[in-house]
Amino acid sequence: MKHRTFFWFFLPTGLAMLVFIAAPLVSIVTQSFFAPHEAVLIEVENCGPFGCKKETTIDQEATAALREAEPMGRFVGFDVYLDRGHLAVTEVGEAWRNADGLGEFFGTLFNLPFYRALSFTLTYTFVCTPLLIALGFAIAISVNALHRKLKGVVIFFSLLPMIVTPLVGSLILFWMIDSRGVIGNFLQYLTNDPDLSLKASSPLMWTSLIVYGIWSSAPFAFVVFYAGLQTVPKDTLEAAQIDGATRWQQIRYVTIPHLMPLVTFVALIQLMDNFRVFEPIVGFSASAHATSLSWIIFNDLGGETQQLSAAATTSVLTVVGVAILLSPVLVRTWREFKGRT
Amino acid sequence: MFMKKLALAGGLSLMASTAMACEISARVNIVGNEFPAIQTVGAGAQECSGAEVSTNLTADHQKINLPGMQGDPAEYTSAIIANSSIVALMNEDVIRPLDDLVAKHGQGLKKNQLITINGKVMAVAFMANAQHLVYRKDILDQIGVEPPKTYEDMLAAAKMIRDQGILPNPVGGAYAANWNIAQEFNNMFIGYGGEHFKAGTAQPNVNSEAGVKALEMMKALSEYMNPDYLTHDSNATNAEFRAGNVALMNMWGSRAATLVTVDGVPQEVVDGFAIAGPMTVGGGSVPATTLWWDGWTVAKNISDEEAEATFVAMTHAIRPAILESDEIATQAVWLIDGYEPTPAAEGVFAAAQAGSVPYPMLPYMGLMHTALSNELADFMQGKESAEQALKDVEAAYTAAAKEKGFL
Repeated sequence: MKHRTFFWFFLPTGLAMLVFIAAPLVSIVTQSFFAPHEAVLIEVENCGPFGCKKETTIDQEATAALREAEPMGRFVGFDVYLDRGHLAVTEVGEAWRNADGLGEFFGTLFNLPFYRALSFTLTYTFVCTPLLIALGFAIAISVNALHRKLKGVVIFFSLLPMIVTPLVGSLILFWMIDSRGVIGNFLQYLTNDPDLSLKASSPLMWTSLIVYGIWSSAPFAFVVFYAGLQTVPKDTLEAAQIDGATRWQQIRYVTIPHLMPLVTFVALIQLMDNFRVFEPIVGFSASAHATSLSWIIFNDLGGETQQLSAAATTSVLTVVGVAILLSPVLVRTWREFKGRT
Repeated sequence: MFMKKLALAGGLSLMASTAMACEISARVNIVGNEFPAIQTVGAGAQECSGAEVSTNLTADHQKINLPGMQGDPAEYTSAIIANSSIVALMNEDVIRPLDDLVAKHGQGLKKNQLITINGKVMAVAFMANAQHLVYRKDILDQIGVEPPKTYEDMLAAAKMIRDQGILPNPVGGAYAANWNIAQEFNNMFIGYGGEHFKAGTAQPNVNSEAGVKALEMMKALSEYMNPDYLTHDSNATNAEFRAGNVALMNMWGSRAATLVTVDGVPQEVVDGFAIAGPMTVGGGSVPATTLWWDGWTVAKNISDEEAEATFVAMTHAIRPAILESDEIATQAVWLIDGYEPTPAAEGVFAAAQAGSVPYPMLPYMGLMHTALSNELADFMQGKESAEQALKDVEAAYTAAAKEKGFL
């Protein structure tokens, strides 16, 4: 393709990427280096239905002048990154020096909001992704073996978890696992423990969230693999059959190698998606047991006092996290690309 | 569905009693919380004709009111807020002083409805609110005890109810690990005589004897709650009460009034439902609760016509004539002229008379509330000590307050 043609061909995409990807990134990175001005506080008398009281408030005029002078706020460099709400460098160092053994160190570490969120986010990502790929593959193989007339209906039902809005899907499951819900009650009956509550125990809540994650994302893997299965070369399969390969051997030595690039693709997308886990935590009201990086951002922005800089910093750290997660795959793709040219 | 019906009923009865018409000439857009009294105010403003009046009443109002008022022109011309949430709007300077509008259109407002900050009217309050005891009279009669006056009595009554096999989890509490659990801590902490900040500064002061005692009392109460209590907000706690699973709970006056008027509440719950004042704790004399007002504000970044239209519509919505409807009169403890307390208001009045303190209106209180929301769940689940939890609260608050420039 001529450079000129390529330029015009790429221009709309390039512009869209600039506006929707580059600009927000620049914005959060900038925001994370600035914090609001030092508050100018004054004592004033406030009156209301319950009488008058001397209280502290923000001096609006002085603050407005400060904002006028420096509209971006205070430049704080990496301060927000290093504070307790994020990388917590001081606290981690202290924990390292004072801890008797690794157990206590990790206990203190996971008491810090960022690391607590990271521990759940990573567990969720690395447990959900392989399991949902396996489940999606199993569904794809099974559906592919069905009779033509049945396929349509089964595909539709297999896709439902993905069609249902995540928040709604997690709310439905949340009500079912309530100690008065269908699943919650059934578990109490099974274990003969009337006080058993999925929502009151962190390990069970983590399990529920992970099960939800697999349930809601498996259809995506299924659709991709099912499409891939339609392209498996018939002659290779027939040759394998003539050689006496069992059904399992056909899957193991013909189908899976053929689908391998698709597995990489699904793993890539799902690693990114799962790292940004958010809706199930809100839907399950699980914040007492599990938080994620995205949930921290939501929480910083949703409090009575919004913490924009804190939220921006967590966003940047999330982007960095995604980049680190994807780097092995990206490096491999780059090597393959180099190898070809 | 119930809310809609109620709002509709409220709206209809309002229309019937509209004596003075409400004419406005510019758009009005209201954002606010959703409970029956606020639905009534929203519907009242929408009676105005001449320009469009829209409302967005949602439990998530605090997440959207500030962004919706920071633009110029602001999306929302009015935010319905309480003494806690006005602070966030004050901090960011998005609401305007109302003195001239009060002089022009506010003849029907009482002096104590005007919220003045540093001498300027910044909001108009229309109702008072507080958390107080809601209980099942039939069950307390059955075990033969008076409604508890202290949290210690509440624990004793809860033990009797459980031991006698009446209810396995007789205590209700909005202990959801978010805004709610922090508010329950505030109540208990104030009941034990705690002060959130070192006098006159933004330095945190919750890691104290009062803080530890407050957490221990909460833990003791939680032993008598549904095991899922960390996911129960006030709506879910009310649902437990309505289902007849709860006999004693600390609940908002604004929600208690209409608690058992919903369809499908068992008759014994309707008959046994009763309200009393807030409880004290640890021998203290200040009730373990806070006083609240709910009121409305007018956005700064809008034209003067819109501000005037908003003021007129909102004043119309809280005019004394709305109290002619019995249903509206019981929805809240109205601060409106001519309000006569109904039996449902008993709890909030008792709270005010017993010397309860208002929720602190400090610029950094929101950050403290958020820190409490995030850091108390570990203690409630037995994962860490009360001291550690309070230390975490102070550390989380300090990090946030430094970022926001308060420390």
